[in-house]
Amino acid sequence: MTLKTEPIIVNIGPQHPSTHGVFRLRILFDGEVIHDVEPVFGYLHRGSEKLAEERTYTQIVTLTDRLDYLAAMSNNLSYCLSVEKLMGIEAPERAKYIRTIMAELMRISSHLMGLGFFLQDLGAFATPLMYMFREREKIMDLFEMASGARITYTYMRPGGVNDDLPPEFMPALRKFADEMPGYIDEYERLLRENEILITRTKGVGVLPRDLAINGSLSGPALRASGVPWDLRKADPYEVYSRVQFDLPVGQIGDNYDRFLVRLEEMRQSLRIVRQCMQQMPAGPFRADLPMLLRPPKGDAYAHVEGPKGELGFYLVSDGSISPYRCAIRAPSFINLSLLKEMLVGWKIADMITIVGSLDFNMGEVDR
Amino acid sequence: MYGEGILKGLGVTLSYLFKKPVTVQYPEEKAPHYPRFRGYEFVWYEDRCTGCASCAKYCPLGTIKIVTNPELQPNVGNKYGLEIFDIDTGRCMFCGLCVEACPYDALFMGSGFERATYTRRSMMVHIDELRLADKQPSAFARPHLHGVEFGERTSLTSPEAGR
Repeated sequence: MTLKTEPIIVNIGPQHPSTHGVFRLRILFDGEVIHDVEPVFGYLHRGSEKLAEERTYTQIVTLTDRLDYLAAMSNNLSYCLSVEKLMGIEAPERAKYIRTIMAELMRISSHLMGLGFFLQDLGAFATPLMYMFREREKIMDLFEMASGARITYTYMRPGGVNDDLPPEFMPALRKFADEMPGYIDEYERLLRENEILITRTKGVGVLPRDLAINGSLSGPALRASGVPWDLRKADPYEVYSRVQFDLPVGQIGDNYDRFLVRLEEMRQSLRIVRQCMQQMPAGPFRADLPMLLRPPKGDAYAHVEGPKGELGFYLVSDGSISPYRCAIRAPSFINLSLLKEMLVGWKIADMITIVGSLDFNMGEVDR
Repeated sequence: MYGEGILKGLGVTLSYLFKKPVTVQYPEEKAPHYPRFRGYEFVWYEDRCTGCASCAKYCPLGTIKIVTNPELQPNVGNKYGLEIFDIDTGRCMFCGLCVEACPYDALFMGSGFERATYTRRSMMVHIDELRLADKQPSAFARPHLHGVEFGERTSLTSPEAGR
């Protein structure tokens, strides 16, 4: 006797615990197998791009904090680079080094969260996530020393940073840079060879190289598919041309590769931080600019390699104190464009891990 | 051997049995925060404030309301008396741009973080509360305050306090 079945549509989200933010997926299931996927965005839309049109150039820095709230420093950096390009100025040397250190610490922090929640989605409940929270706490302490806040830093300004590093920052950073490799080794010992993890991630959610390129993916999701593309190498900004680091790439682009690429990127980020600490010069930390910036008419696009991928700000100026138009290239949003290709054919339990391994952030997707 | 990876992982978690916890039992014990922490109770020095409203102009959300009255403080030169100086901390996001904008060192971020209230209205900080507040300025955008302890409130009433 054969059972008569018919496909059903299930709504996952918007407030399912393993959707990263308020993200809704309408999935057509046949039994447990996914046949069709329709992502629904917009639950966290705050209109950041439109709000930017009525803020001054410095005030927009506070908006960028709230895009990808797990990587606020990278957003600050991308926006400030864009304004600097628009105005044709450059930040002082010391500011460049400070910003690079901040961006790399932010990458470590964001990858810690990405990995922690990915493992949590796999069922490694709380233990790895809490370990990673512990290290993220130290990074947030460093950010608190420098900027005064723990999530929404508003630390960078067009033409430099808000304030010089406080005296207690460098010793704490040195201590962190010494401790952190041990912790990363610990995460690897904890889970890298875990049979359950390997069964659930190896060969699951494969994103082929060509598809990833055609979908204009960026960040760890692209590098896991075997494409050595990183804006820090391809179009160096700040001081990345003066530091040595390697690009970890995956082999086939499955969940396990994305996991390993993020782990290795944290090590490389620490390498960059250490080199920046050695090279950092003394000097001014902020260019001498008026409080209200009036860039000349024109437009500029600046991009950085954020923790999630290429993060870019496109600004159009009409010569007044606020931009005429501000458009944001959000990596999380574009990385989600291939969700259907990755999910169709897999089962519901794999859906959670594949979505988790992409490490997107709804604050950035909906903007 | 199958299961070796799991045992390795369990070894890591087992080693934590003999380590000290990293958490802090919050209400009894407080985690330290740093001098630049941007927090509650804005610190405002009335004698330095000229009523220029730079802070209100620089605020991204327009949470600061200033009404000046020249008649309140006559014969003091380039300084207005203030009738209203309200900060709506319910809408404030503590970005610190107002403090950065203040040209006269009159406004500081505070360093407290425990100000839960029952009503939205009580989040509005009025001029009288700002006058009387326990002044614990944060070093945000005021680098000269690094390493300064603000235990005694009396020391902050002098004209040079917080500078």
